[in-house]
Formats: sequence, C-alpha cells, structure tokens
Amino acid sequence: MNNILEVKNLQISFKTFFGEVEAVRDITFSVGRKETVAIVGESGCGKSVTASGIMQLLPMPPAFFKGGEILFNGEDLLKKTEKQMQAIRGNKISMVFQDPMTSLNPTMKIGYQIVEGLVKHHKMSREAAVKKSVEMLELVAVPQPEKRINQYPHEFSGGMRQRVMIALAMVCNPQLLIADEPTTALDVTVQAQILELMKKLQEQMEMSIILITHDLGIVADMSDRVVVMYAGQILEVGLTHEIFASPKHPYTRKLLASVPRLDMSREEPLYSIDGTPPDLYVPPKGCSFYDRCSSAMKICKDNMPEFDEHSATHQSRCWLNHPMAQKMNSMDGREV
Amino acid sequence: MKKYLLKRIAMAVVTIWAIITITFILMHSVPGDPFRQESKMPKVVYENLHKKYGLDKPLSEQYIIYLGKIIRGDFGDSMKSRVETVNDMIKRGLPVSAFIGLEALLIAVVFGPALGAIAALNQNKWPDYLSMIIAIIGVSVPSFIMGTVFIQFLARNIEWLPIGGWGSFRHSILPSIALALMPLAQLARYMRSSMLEVLGQDYIKTAKSKGISKATVVLRHAVRNAILPVVSILGTVATNLIVGSFVIEKIFGIPGLGMFFITSINNRDYPLIMGTTIFYAIILVIMLLIVDIAYMLIDPRIKLTKEGR
Amino acid sequence: MKAGLDVSPELFNAADKEDKNAERIRRPSIRYWPDVWRRLKMNKLAMTGLLLICILGVMSFVGTKINGFTYFEQNYSLINSHPDSVHWFGTDELGRDLFTRNWFGVRYSLFIGIMAAFIDFFIGVLYGGIAGISNRKVDSVMMRIAEIIYSIPYLLVVILISVVFSQAGQGSSMFVLIFSLSLTSWVPMAILVRGQVLQLKESEYALASESLGADKSWILKKHIIPNTLGPILVNVTLEIPRAIFAEATLGFIGLGLQAPKSSLGTLANSGLAGLPVGNSYQLFIPAIFISLIMFAFNVLGDGLRDALDPRLRK
Repeated sequence: MNNILEVKNLQISFKTFFGEVEAVRDITFSVGRKETVAIVGESGCGKSVTASGIMQLLPMPPAFFKGGEILFNGEDLLKKTEKQMQAIRGNKISMVFQDPMTSLNPTMKIGYQIVEGLVKHHKMSREAAVKKSVEMLELVAVPQPEKRINQYPHEFSGGMRQRVMIALAMVCNPQLLIADEPTTALDVTVQAQILELMKKLQEQMEMSIILITHDLGIVADMSDRVVVMYAGQILEVGLTHEIFASPKHPYTRKLLASVPRLDMSREEPLYSIDGTPPDLYVPPKGCSFYDRCSSAMKICKDNMPEFDEHSATHQSRCWLNHPMAQKMNSMDGREV
Repeated sequence: MKKYLLKRIAMAVVTIWAIITITFILMHSVPGDPFRQESKMPKVVYENLHKKYGLDKPLSEQYIIYLGKIIRGDFGDSMKSRVETVNDMIKRGLPVSAFIGLEALLIAVVFGPALGAIAALNQNKWPDYLSMIIAIIGVSVPSFIMGTVFIQFLARNIEWLPIGGWGSFRHSILPSIALALMPLAQLARYMRSSMLEVLGQDYIKTAKSKGISKATVVLRHAVRNAILPVVSILGTVATNLIVGSFVIEKIFGIPGLGMFFITSINNRDYPLIMGTTIFYAIILVIMLLIVDIAYMLIDPRIKLTKEGR
Repeated sequence: MKAGLDVSPELFNAADKEDKNAERIRRPSIRYWPDVWRRLKMNKLAMTGLLLICILGVMSFVGTKINGFTYFEQNYSLINSHPDSVHWFGTDELGRDLFTRNWFGVRYSLFIGIMAAFIDFFIGVLYGGIAGISNRKVDSVMMRIAEIIYSIPYLLVVILISVVFSQAGQGSSMFVLIFSLSLTSWVPMAILVRGQVLQLKESEYALASESLGADKSWILKKHIIPNTLGPILVNVTLEIPRAIFAEATLGFIGLGLQAPKSSLGTLANSGLAGLPVGNSYQLFIPAIFISLIMFAFNVLGDGLRDALDPRLRK
C-alpha cells in the first residue's frame, strides 16, 4: 500500500440551530509516503474541518460524518472506537495548530506537555521521556533545552512556541503530520524558519505531511501535490508544478493571480476575487464557484461537473473541460 | 512578586485601619447616650461608669487609646456584662463558629466545583440542567431559610439529627450543610462557566490531538486552568460564609461567636458590637489576603510576569 | 464526463450576469438591541424570572387591597390562626392578616432592593465617570479609595449602620436600610464606567489626531454606549437580589424594617417564633417570597448576561 492516507467521498456536516451546514461535501484525495500534500482554499472552504475530521477532533455534536471513508494504512478510521483513535493520535498521526499563543496549556510546563505523549504511547519511564524531549527540543532548535523544559509557555516567543508545538507533535515519530496553517500567526522571517524545520524533520523521520494553508507562497516551497478546495469540495488536484504552471480551474487561476508579486508595477491594482463563498446551509446544486466565475456558463448553475484528467496526476472538475465547451470557445474566441 | 505582595499587605492594613476608624466613629455617633438606656441610676454611678469606660475624655484621645488596645489584641469590654470582655466572648465562641465554618467551607469547596465541572462536561444534557437548578436554588434561597427547612422537615422527623444546640459532631451536620449551600452553589456556577470557557480553548484541542484519554484531558488540563478564576472568588465565598454563620447560629441555637454578636446587637451593647465587628473584619481582610496570595502562587503566569517588573 | 447528460450547445453559452448572486447577503443583518431581546426571549428560565417579577410587582400593590384587611389591624380573637378561607395566609401573633402583610412585605423588599441597586448605579456612574475624565493623578487616587471601600465587608457595614441608626428592639427605617445597602456596592459599577470612559477618551484623541471630524465620535457613542449599557444592566439586575438578601438577613437579625411596616425579612423573623408551636406558615410564606424574588432576579440577570455575550451567538 503506497498511500498512507486515503480519503474517499468524505462528507462532514454540522447540525445547527438554522439547519444542516454541509462543510465537507464529498471529497476524495490521498497522501503517499514521505509526500507533502497541500490543501489550499479560502477561509471557510472546509480544509480545517477536513484536517480535524481526519483526527476526529471535531465536536461531535454538532458535527457528524455524513458519509465516506478515511483509510489510514488501509484501515478506516471512521470505524474505530474512541480508544483506538486515542492510540493513533499523537502517535501515528499528529497535528500542529495555527495559533501557538493559545495552543499550549498555560499552566503546564512545556516539558511535561511533550513528555505526556511519550509516556502514554511509548510507555517510557519518566527519565527516558525527559531525555527524549530534550533531544526533540534540540532538534527543533530550541536553545538550552534542559533548562527550558521546566519553563511555561508564556516564557517563549511565538516562533519558539511553534517549535515546541512541532516537537510535541513529532516526539512519537508519527507517520503523518497534519499542519493546519502552521505559520499563519507568525512573522514572515519566522515563517521561513519553521518551514525549513518541517522540511528537515520530514526528511529525517520519513513522514508525510498534510499542509493546510491559504498562502500559495508556502505551497510552492513545500508541497509535492496540491489540492484546491472551495465550498466544501475539491475543485482541482495536481502536482505542485502542474498547478502552478497550468492551472485548469478558473478558481485556481484566480487564486494564483491574486498572489501579489514583486515584479508587479505600482499601477497594477491588486487582484482579488469578487464576492463571497456560497452559503453551505443550502449548497448550490451546480458548481459552487458559479456565482464568482467569470467564465461561467448556463450549464454550470444547476449541474455539478465531474473530474476530468489532464494527466495521470492532474484533475479538475469544470464544465470548461467538456468538449462542447471547447467547441463553443473556439467558435467565438472566448477565453478558456 | 515581592513588591506586589508588600503592596497588597499594605492595602490590607489600611483597610483594617479604615474599618476600625469607621466603626469607632459610627459607634460614637449613636444618637443619645448609650448609658441612658439603663434605668435611672445615681449620678455618681453614672459618672463613675463614664470614667471607667474612658468616656469623659475627648473623642480623639479615646480613639488613640482604642487603636492601641486593638493592636495589642484587646478588643474591648462589654457594657452590659460586668465580667465578660470581647476577648472572653471570642475565646468562647470562636472555636465553635470556626468548626462549623470550616466544615461548611469544606463541603462547599469540595462539592461546589465538582458540581460545576460535571455540569460543564455534560453541557445542555440532564446532569447540566439538574446541577444548575440545584445551584440556582442554592443561590436564591438564603441560608437561614434552608436552615429552618432542615429543622422543620429533617430534624423533627429524624431522631438522630438534633434540632439545635451544641454538643457533639451530630449537632454540626445540619447547620454546616445549611451554611454551605449558598457558597456551594456560587462555586458551582462559577466553575461551570470557567470550565466551559477552558474546554473551548485551543490547548484542549492540542491535548486531545496527542491522544490522551478524555479523563486525563479533563482532570490534568481542563480543571487545572478552570479552577483559577474560582479561587479568586473564594474570598467572597468566605465572606458570605461568615455572615451566614450569624443567622445559622441563631436558628440552631449554637453558642458561637455569631450568636453572641447577634445578642449584643439586640442588646445594643455598643462596645461589644464594636469589638466583635472589628474582629470579624480583621479575619475577613486576612482571609481575602490569603486568597489573593494563594492565587498568585498557583498561577504560573502571574509569578513570573511580576518578576519582570 | 458523464454520459447521458443532455448537452445542448445552448447550455454552453455564457451565463447571464443577473443569474448570479454572488453578493447576495444570506441572512438579514441583525441589529443590536432587538437581537439581545430575541436571545433573551429564547431563554425560558430568564423569561420565567421576568414574568415572576412582573406578577410579584403587580400583586404587591393589588394583593394588599383584595381581601379587605389592613396590615396593622389587630384582632385578638384570631391570633396565630392557620390559613383559611378568610385569612388566606393566616394571622400573626397580634391577629393581623398575613396575606396583606406579606404582600406589603414584598412591596417593601422589592422597593428597597431596586432603590439600593439604582443608587449604586448613580453613584457608580458618577464616580466612574469623574474618575475617567479626570487626569491620571486624581483618577488613581479615586480608584485607590474605591478599592479600599470595596474591601470593607459589605454586610458588616450594613449591620453596623443599621445598628447605629436604629433603636433597640425596633428595626431600621427604610432610608437607613437603602443607604447602608448601597454604601459599598457601587464600586464595581464605578470601575466599569470608568473603563468605558477611558476608552472613549482615548479613541477621541486618536480620532482628533487623524482629523476625521465629529462624525466618528457619534459613531463611537453608538458603540461605547451599547457596550457599557449591557454590563451595567446585568450588574444592576444582579445587585437587586444581593440587596434583598442583605435586607432579609438584617430582618432575621432583628434589624429590618420597623414593624408594623414589616419587610419580608422582618416577617420571617417574627415567624421564627411560630415554628416550634406548629405555625410554620408564619415563617415559610415570607421565606418563599424572599426565595422567589431572589430566584427571579438571579435568573433574569443570568439570562441578560448570556444574551449580551457576543460569543454565545448561535
């Protein structure tokens, strides 16, 4: 089995006062060994819900799994009991969260927070676990680890705290690391450091990474493959260079276009996508990007397009891929 | 931290001084002469009594004398009783009141936060509703009413529970429970909202993502953080406990300090009232100080940010 | 691509602009106070409290008149009689009708509680406002004084003042009670108001330096006032049961409202004597009223606090 994770037709919804919100609407993707897959999209597109969903860390009312499978090393995580999931979390699959300022327990020494997982999962003795945590802190370049192990989170800066988070997540040698916007809350210079660190650790520990982000710059740097999500669905999937060099979906194109570049002239307006994502209480029947798509056609409104393959690794779902659309476009010179 | 500590202690001292002064002023602004309440007495006796209590000296001098006495731990004499001083009353009544008070405190501090935590963990399900109903009742029904309910419906019907009086451990059960209910309810409510807030925090999610068991997450991670704000209201809780004890002692006929206090109030024995009030106030201020210090010690964030000052 | 889909070329024409509704706002935007009221209404417990308060309030005026007895008429042939069809709540040790007396008690207790809370409100707003507007030195001195005042035990002060200003064997006057109850409890209100005033001060300076004109300060008043009014309202609502509780405690010690105009606390105290001789109704009826009032205001205050908390928006 080459893929460490296979998500198949996953559906996650939330029961709310106003009705059911379909946060994740039938997505399918996979993550291979030692691979970094980036999931990109605007806020609210469902990427964080997916990440938390894989770990089953969503609050179960109101969230519920409407359908699908999550295969980890061939086993469906959705069929596991809570106890079984606990054995996997922090151990085989780990997560790094967005905000380092609030993700660590303020009243607990950070050494203990790292040791906790080790003791539980690897049944280590106290001394052995402490030793391992010091090693881990060294690995993530926290200076004076023996001393800092007895300190509290508020004694660390933001960047340092994120390193501690990473140490915490990696200490049990997980096979898969899910990083949910790991650098969004950090300064740009610190961002680079953290990403470097993650790359190095990935090499050393041979693990896979799911990188959740809305920052395409990071994606280009870190990931092997990219999954583009919008309104709870996957619109395009491909190798990183495929996505960047020849994006097929209008949304992907707009995303790429909206990244400000250093070689832009001053007069060029900053490009942004008009409008807001659709309401997921009443999800659109057709393509979810219809409202904001400048290439939208009549068929797009009520009909959901299927995936088309552009290569063995590159797919997108858009009516523009349909041969009929190609014909129409060549006829009136419309840009596709 | 030391600087803050000193500031805090200084505040406490100032507060105590303020209380002494205010009490002194109030007691001496009682309209009419306290001694006039006694039925006619010969002028000589009247003048002697005035001399004895130092009432013939100017007010400011009386004040200094009084202040001096308090500092040395002498809380004054009674006006009505020739033999008892306030210190005597305190010696007799304090152990009794303290016993019941501590018993009640224990009940409140153990069961209150526990109830609140259970409610928070089962939010919007029946344990939550039940706990909160109990808590709302506890907060709304004054302790003395609870006390009388206990007497009427429990003590009268259960041989084993005495209706009142003092003498054995059994005598303290109903009074301390009645006294404990309101603080228990307050602590429960506070703990519940604190827990709910903590449970929604990111670090709880981190803890769960490490795969530790729910029980550990709750006990090790959540409670540790949730209990902090609750500690900060312990001072208020203690205050309520003390004041509640007055009335509970009256109802259950318990010979504690509160009972004496009420009697002295009803007799308008002003020096007694003054001395006892100051004593209570000092205890309260000290308790609040202890709670503050305890909070500072427990919260690691405070210890160190203050150090940086 | 899906086979069998009806793919007429027409469908591949560009979509009409009007068909799209990217900018349509899904739900009507919600205005502040109506939303608060809506959320409060959803809280059944709080609504029960509100209803209870209204009923008690109305009855405290109506109830004293409906059965024709006054609160001071003494009828020696009917002392300590149990509730019956003539005297619905029975009579006390002087033969006075307890139904009327209890409703008067409700009226007095409510009055005292609400007045004390409002005085807290006024003093608090005044003190906090002045402290906020004044310069740093005056402000910090004022706050220091307030801190000390607040650390003086509330009920001890209340007892003390009542003791001083009342005669032995008699209770205190309404004025004394309200005065003593509001003496130290205005401080939280003052702190709240001061905080908001400071915020306002700062933002106006910031605005002035940006020279955005008077228009913005009007907008800020639209934000500051709702921000402050909310917590103030909750504070006042929860202060009332505190005051009523204190007054009841006083009554139980013997320092409550003077008879014959007894408050609920005083009534309960007198009723205490009836307990050992089987006249428990004399105690329990005012006790129930006290509990109901406190319950109602507590629950309403809780509900208000929840309704105003932006984080609990569903």
